[in-house]
Amino acid sequence: MSAVPVVLRALYEGERTMERKLLETAARDAAEHEVHHVAVDLARWSHEHAERLAEAAEPYGLRLPRSAEDPPATDDRGERAARALDDPRPGLSLLNDLRELHLAATGNSLDWEMLAQAAQAEKDTPLLDLATACHPQTLRQMRWTNTMIKTLSPQLLSRAGTPSPDA
Amino acid sequence: MRAEVDRIAEPWGERTPYGPGTPWPVRVDSYLEPGVTDGDVEAWVPTASVLHSNGDAMDVAVAGGRIVGVRGSARDRVNHGRLGPKDLFGWQANRSRDRLTTPLVRRDGRLEPCDWDTALGTIVDRSKDLVETYGPGSIGFYTSGQLFLEEYYTLAVIARAGIGTNHIDGNTRLCTATAAEALKETFGCDGQPASYADVDHADVIALFGHNMAETQPVLWMRVLDRLAGDEPPRLVCVDPRPTRVARHAAVHLAPRAGTNVALLNALLHEIIRMDRIDRAFVDAHTVGFDELAARVADCTPRWAAGICDVPAAAVTEAAEVLGDARRLLSTVLQGVYQSHQATAAAVQVNNLQLIRGMLGRPGCGVLQMNGQPSAQNTRECGADGDLPGFRNWENDAHVADLARVWNVEPTDIPSHTAPTPAMQIFRYAEQGSIRMLWISGTNPAVSLPELERVRGILRRDGLFTVVQDLYLTETARFADVVLPAATWAEKTGTFTNADRTVHLSERAVEPPGDARPDLDIWLEYARWMDFRDKDGRPLVGWHDPESAFEAWQECSRGRPCDYTGLTYDRLRATGGIQWPCTDEKPEGTDRLYTDGVSWAAPDACETYGRDLVTGASVSETEYRALNPHGRAVLKAAEYLPLHEATNDEYPLQLTTGRTLYHFHTRTKTGRSPQLRAAAPDVWVEISAAEARRHQVAEGDLVEVTSPRGSVRGRLRVTGIRDGMVFLPFHYGYWDTPGGAGPGEDGGRAANETTVTDWDPVSKQPLFKTAAARLTLIERGDGAVSPAPTTTASAPVDPAAAPPTTGGPAALARQSTGEPGGERS
Repeated sequence: MSAVPVVLRALYEGERTMERKLLETAARDAAEHEVHHVAVDLARWSHEHAERLAEAAEPYGLRLPRSAEDPPATDDRGERAARALDDPRPGLSLLNDLRELHLAATGNSLDWEMLAQAAQAEKDTPLLDLATACHPQTLRQMRWTNTMIKTLSPQLLSRAGTPSPDA
Repeated sequence: MRAEVDRIAEPWGERTPYGPGTPWPVRVDSYLEPGVTDGDVEAWVPTASVLHSNGDAMDVAVAGGRIVGVRGSARDRVNHGRLGPKDLFGWQANRSRDRLTTPLVRRDGRLEPCDWDTALGTIVDRSKDLVETYGPGSIGFYTSGQLFLEEYYTLAVIARAGIGTNHIDGNTRLCTATAAEALKETFGCDGQPASYADVDHADVIALFGHNMAETQPVLWMRVLDRLAGDEPPRLVCVDPRPTRVARHAAVHLAPRAGTNVALLNALLHEIIRMDRIDRAFVDAHTVGFDELAARVADCTPRWAAGICDVPAAAVTEAAEVLGDARRLLSTVLQGVYQSHQATAAAVQVNNLQLIRGMLGRPGCGVLQMNGQPSAQNTRECGADGDLPGFRNWENDAHVADLARVWNVEPTDIPSHTAPTPAMQIFRYAEQGSIRMLWISGTNPAVSLPELERVRGILRRDGLFTVVQDLYLTETARFADVVLPAATWAEKTGTFTNADRTVHLSERAVEPPGDARPDLDIWLEYARWMDFRDKDGRPLVGWHDPESAFEAWQECSRGRPCDYTGLTYDRLRATGGIQWPCTDEKPEGTDRLYTDGVSWAAPDACETYGRDLVTGASVSETEYRALNPHGRAVLKAAEYLPLHEATNDEYPLQLTTGRTLYHFHTRTKTGRSPQLRAAAPDVWVEISAAEARRHQVAEGDLVEVTSPRGSVRGRLRVTGIRDGMVFLPFHYGYWDTPGGAGPGEDGGRAANETTVTDWDPVSKQPLFKTAAARLTLIERGDGAVSPAPTTTASAPVDPAAAPPTTGGPAALARQSTGEPGGERS
C-alpha cells in the first residue's frame, strides 16, 4: 500500500492549520489593513484545499472531517512567545506572524510536491489534477508573505521603528 | 449657435455634430466677469484647467493685475476651444478672500502667523533632528495631483536623494494608481496607449465605471458631438448609476458593487466563445492567452448574472457589441479603480482590447483615465510610488542610471523595497515610525477613507505635520506648520493630462500676500538643508521653473515619457503636445504601441508585475521566463467576494463619487459662486424601490451609517440600482462650524463612512465597497435635496425638484471658429 494517505492527512492538517493561522493573523493584525484583508482572502484558498483533500482521501478509506465551519482554536501561543523576534514593538509581532505564515505555507508546498510526485508514480490522475489545481495557490501564499516581509522590514526593523523615548 | 448659454443648466453647451474620421469642429467658450468686456482685457495668458484630468487648454484674461475671466483655446488638440463649467467658473477661487497669505506655526496649541524664515527654520530643524536620530525613514511626503511637473520632480529629488526616504506618494494614489498599475501589468510600463482623438474614429466606445459626462465634460462633448453626427458610435456603459453616459448607451450594465472582475471575465468568456479574437495580433503581440482562456472558461453570462445581478442576456448583448466593433475604444475610471479588485478588473479591460487586436490604430485603444490634472506627472516624476522616468526599482541598472542623472551613489536612492504608497505612509504615521509628514496640495482630512481614524493620526503628538496649501483646509487645521502656496496662473510650470498632452501654464498675476509657488518653497528647503551630490555640488541645481523643466528633460531622456523635444517656447507657440516628444518626433506621439509593445522587455520594463489577487511581487526570473520577448501580458484574475458584505444591520451597498460641478474636496470649486450654488451641499441617493422600503421620500433628512461613522443629507430619489446608496465625496467642514470635523449636525464628509481597505496590487484605497444602513432623521416637509438635476443625480420624478440652473451669473459665451492643428 502506498504512503499517499499519510501525505494526504499531513497536508490536510497543514491546510487547516494554514487557514487558522491566516484568520488569526487577520484578527491580531486588524490594524494592518492590507495584511488583514488579504489574509482573509487567502484563508479561503486553504479552506477549499482542505475540503478537496478530504474528498480525495475517501477512495483511500481515509475519513477527514468535511465542511468545518470554524477551524480549531490556536495551539501555538507558546511557540509564538518563544520566538526570539518577539518584542513589545508591534511591528516585530507583525513580522513574526508573517514569518510563521510563510513557513506554514512552505511546509504545505513541499507536501503538495510530494503528493504530485506520488500521484505521477501511481498514475493517479485525479490526485495529480488536485495537486496541479491547488499547489499554485500555496505558492502564491508563500510569495505574498515573502513580499510583505520584504516591504515592511525596512521600516519596522530600522531606527525609524524605534519607539520614541516619551512614547 | 446661441451667443450665450447658461452653462450650469447646460453643462455641455451646444452640439457641433461631426462624422467618423473628420475633425472635431471648434467651439470657443468664454466667460468674463460681469462688467468686463474684451476691450478691458490687458493680456490673455495661456494655461490649462487644473480642475480635472482632461487638460482643457485656455487663456486667462488679466485686467488691472487680476484675473477677470477665461477663454478656451481654439488651437488646442484637447478641447478645440471648449470649456466645462469648472473651467469657466473655477478660477474665481484663486482670488477668494480666505487665501492663506502668511505662514503659520503652532504655538501653545494655536496656529499663529509668522515669517517664512521662522516657518522654514522650524521645518529644517525638525528634519535634521529626525534624520539624525531616527534615520530618513522617519520622514514622509504626501503630495498632490494638482501641482506642476517641475514641482513634483524637485520634490522627488529632495525626498529620494536628499532626505533618502522611500516614503513619498501623491493623492494620485486615490485616483490614478490603478490606471498606472494596470498599464504596468499589461504593457510592462506606464504610459497611456490611446489618444483623445480616438473618439473621432471609434465605432464602439465602452466606458467602464467612467462617468465621463461629469468627470471629463469636455471629452464627453466630443462623444456627444459624434453621437449627434453621421455614423454615431455605439456606447457600452458599466455603471450602477443612471449617468448621462448610461442614458446614451446601446447597452447599460448596472452591476452590484465589487463585481467588476466577474462581469469582465464573463465578457471575455463570451468574446472568446464567439471567436471574435484577432489571432494574428494575439500571437504576435501577447503572452498568456491560454491561461486567460482557461481562467474565464467557466465564467458564463449566467454565472456572472448571479454575482453581478445583471441580466445574462445583457452581458451577452454587451459582448456582441464589443465583439462586432471595428474600432473599439475603452475607457476606465473610478468605478473600477476605487472598487474591489481594482487592478484585476482594469487589467481585464486591457485584455479585452488585446484579444480583439484593438490597439495602436485610430479609434482603437484603451484610456486608463486619471482623476486629477497632473496625476500623470506625479507618476512620471517619481513623486508617487514610482521612480522617476518609469524606472524599475528592482532593476539595478535603472537605479544606477537614475543615480547617474542625479550624480549620487546608487545606494543613496532607497530601492530595497517598493516606494511606500500613501495608505501605508499613514499607517506608519499611525504606528509612530513616520514622525514628520509634509502634506502639499491635498486634503487627507476629507479625502482619505475612515476620517475619524485619519483625524486621529493627524492629531498624534508624535507626528510633526507640515501642510502647504492655498487655504486653511480641514487638514491644515491639524498642522504644526502651515505654508501658504501660490496656485495656477500665479506661477509657471507644465503639466500633463490623461492622454499624455503637455501644457505650459504661465504666471498671469501675483500670488496673494506672502504666498509662494510650491517650487520656490522646495528649492528654498533644499538650500537650507544643504543637500549635496557626490561631488559636493548642490543636489538640486536648478533655480526656476524652466531650469527645473530642463533638469527633468535629462531625467526623461530615452525613457518612455521622453520630454527632450519639448521647450517652454514650443509649448507657448503650439499649445498642447503629447509625449514622447523627441528630436526625432518633434510633433509628439498620438498613440503608443502602433507597432507592437515597446517597453515590456525584461531589461526595459518598469515592473516585473504583481499577483493580481495577493499583490505579491513577481520575481525578475519569473518575468524573464514568462515574457522574454517583451510582449503585452494577458493577465488573468479570479473573482473574489467583497470584503465588507451587506447584512441585516447594514443592508445597503454604499458607494461614493463625484458631481460635475465640484472637484476633489471642493477647496476651489466650493469658492466659486456658480459652482457652489449648483451643488451646495451633500445629499444621499437611493432608488425609488429602496425609498419605499425605507419609507422615506425626496427631501427627507436621512442618515447613512456604516460601521465607521455616519453622514447626514437630504434624500434624492434617482434611478440608481436597488440596494445601493450613493454619497458625493466632495463635502467637508471648512465652511461649517465644525471646521475640521463633524459638528452638532453630524457628519458631512462621505469618508466618515468608508472602509480602510486598498487594492493589494495598486494600493489604491477603495471608496465604493462599504456596507451601510439608512435611517430617517426628519421629514422633508417640502425641503428640496441639494443634488443637481442635470446629471446622474437627476430625480426619477422630474417634478420632484426644480431644475438646476445658474441664471444670468452663469451665462457663458460660445462661438464657432476655425479648426486648430489637431493631428489624428
